[in-house]
Amino acid sequence: MPLITYREAIKQALDEEIQRDENVCIMGEEVAQYNGAYKVTEGLWAKHGDKRLIDTPISEAAFSGLAIGASMLGIRPVIEMMFMSFSYVAIDQLFNNGSFCRYMSGGLMNVPIVVRGPANGGTSVGATHSHTPENMVANHPGLKVVCPSNAYDAKGLMKAAIRDNDPVFVMENTLLYGEKWEVPDEEYIVELGVANILKEGTDLTIVSHGRCAMLSLQAAKTLEEKHGISAEVVDLRSIRPLDEETILNSVRKTHRALLVEENKPFCGVDAQISHIIQLKAFDDLDAPIRRVSAIDAPNFYSKELEDWQLPNEERIIEGALKAMA
Amino acid sequence: MATTKKKTKAIAKKPKAKSKNFATAPINKSLSKDQKIDLYRMIVGIRRFEERSLRAYNQGKIGGFLHLYIGQEAVAAGIVSLMEENDHIITAYRDHGHALAVGMSMNECMAEMYGKHTGCSKGKGGSMHFFAPDKNYWGGHGIVAGQTPLGAGLAFALKYKGLKGCAMAFLGDGAVNQGSFMETLNLASLWNIPVVFVIENNGYSMGTSLKRSSAGENLAHRADGFDMEWEVCNGHDVFEVREVANRAMTRAREEHKPFLLEIRTYRYRGHSVADANHEKYRTKEEIEEYKRTKDPLNVVKQHLLSDGTLTEELAKKIDQEKKDEAEASAKFADESPVAPRSEIQTDVYWEVDNDSEGKLKGTYFFND
Repeated sequence: MPLITYREAIKQALDEEIQRDENVCIMGEEVAQYNGAYKVTEGLWAKHGDKRLIDTPISEAAFSGLAIGASMLGIRPVIEMMFMSFSYVAIDQLFNNGSFCRYMSGGLMNVPIVVRGPANGGTSVGATHSHTPENMVANHPGLKVVCPSNAYDAKGLMKAAIRDNDPVFVMENTLLYGEKWEVPDEEYIVELGVANILKEGTDLTIVSHGRCAMLSLQAAKTLEEKHGISAEVVDLRSIRPLDEETILNSVRKTHRALLVEENKPFCGVDAQISHIIQLKAFDDLDAPIRRVSAIDAPNFYSKELEDWQLPNEERIIEGALKAMA
Repeated sequence: MATTKKKTKAIAKKPKAKSKNFATAPINKSLSKDQKIDLYRMIVGIRRFEERSLRAYNQGKIGGFLHLYIGQEAVAAGIVSLMEENDHIITAYRDHGHALAVGMSMNECMAEMYGKHTGCSKGKGGSMHFFAPDKNYWGGHGIVAGQTPLGAGLAFALKYKGLKGCAMAFLGDGAVNQGSFMETLNLASLWNIPVVFVIENNGYSMGTSLKRSSAGENLAHRADGFDMEWEVCNGHDVFEVREVANRAMTRAREEHKPFLLEIRTYRYRGHSVADANHEKYRTKEEIEEYKRTKDPLNVVKQHLLSDGTLTEELAKKIDQEKKDEAEASAKFADESPVAPRSEIQTDVYWEVDNDSEGKLKGTYFFND
């Protein structure tokens, strides 16, 4: 199986979907002639031209709203946020119009758009460029959100998102763009709402998503080798819809849970997961659920401190040992 | 007189009333007698519907806000009368007039305001959120200027699909200072999108007069900054609205070019019915003067009486019909049931609503 980067995997998904459906177009800042700020769309403009790859001015509110309006008439725009942090200037469009038009019309319309772009810290760009708003998106019924942790999922989830008839946010990660994974040549889809068990284990369930799932996997290997703890790693892939069953089945087996995410802890995704576990698997728990999130402050600029602020292997192992105590 | 300016520093002055007989303009002259009566009927219908909704609101039958369109009827009625097969329309929260103009029934509109299951949105949207995609009507939007990029998006889709049509995106004078609107003007002009923005300038953004909220003598000339055509006209004469809007719409359809139209109009009631101050930030005399000289219903009636289209008798008959229809809609709304509680979680996700085979994976709703 070919080894390709996370970036290349997303590009393949976009390329294939553009060819599959004439209504799919890519819109965003620098996506066409510049080949993408993070080169995710590199070569697509040369291949598909102006109609399908559309450079926008720096004007997130306008092009997000325009994409939503166009989707009402059957266009399926994939809009790129150069950073998901920039979606904050388009909140009214994405969170009011994107999520609620269907509801407020009593189901008379739908909004098949994809909002994609990197949503992560850890790159020394300061607090304003380091948001992880999957929790905010998930807090808006009508929106869906996925956080691929690897190239295989990134491609499969992106294709599912584009074919979905509801608005889907795809949270990418700049630290993963250059990482490689095996991705098959033949076409595949990763369905929304299906978690992936990255590693099986018996002593502890680690639930995570996005890049943190990969860090958790690494930590789980260390836990096994150095501490004799067999941790199962559940990669959510999709936040909303959420694969509750996979989480609960794992916790029912291991009786302990550690939740790891890059989100800030207050009302983070894991706050909801923790609630679900205590509600539906209370009697299966042998210890309090533990969480490792970003240390609760705006993202630190200085690399050394930001690296400590965000979940890392050391902090995950520390959390796991607490969960095992 | 309608004033047009392009790429000039001169600012259009407030248009003067009654300096031209727009009823004889070609687009209006071509109207049949029946079409003219239909226009009149629509304006009367909107007026009577709004009056009946006000009563219902005061009786406590309608919740939330009620932004009445009384005084502005000729704008929606005139512009919608020009719409063709591939033309689309979107507006803000003062949306009842546009809804009736596109052909939505008084019953579904009134029932929506009553929060009933028979409402156009099953009671999920309310007064500010009427929709009828089957009539190319895309709402009904509650956040000031939030609908303007959507309007550009509708027009973008027309161009993308190679369809000849235009999108009419309505907004109030209070919306012109929102960033999303200015961003949208730029995109529309930059990409040559066939959208016509219609500022319904009623002089007040809620309780703040135009002078206190917006720099510049008129609003439409802001289009100059985006190299976009613009025009200012009066909104009390449905024939003037049609004459001016027709040019903007034709240009949009033919040349894929956006247009910014500012229509000077007036609302007789407050910003919403909850706006108890509307006779404090403006004078009673101002309101009465407009009603006396520029009432859109009276203006069109006088036009049609004078050209022999309408008789007092027919006018009276139409008026009674519309009063009865509005009354019946209130009865219909009152007698309709509210939606069952099971409706709270429908219409959230298309995929859930259409998952008849139970193929969807994962949890979509998170209730204990």
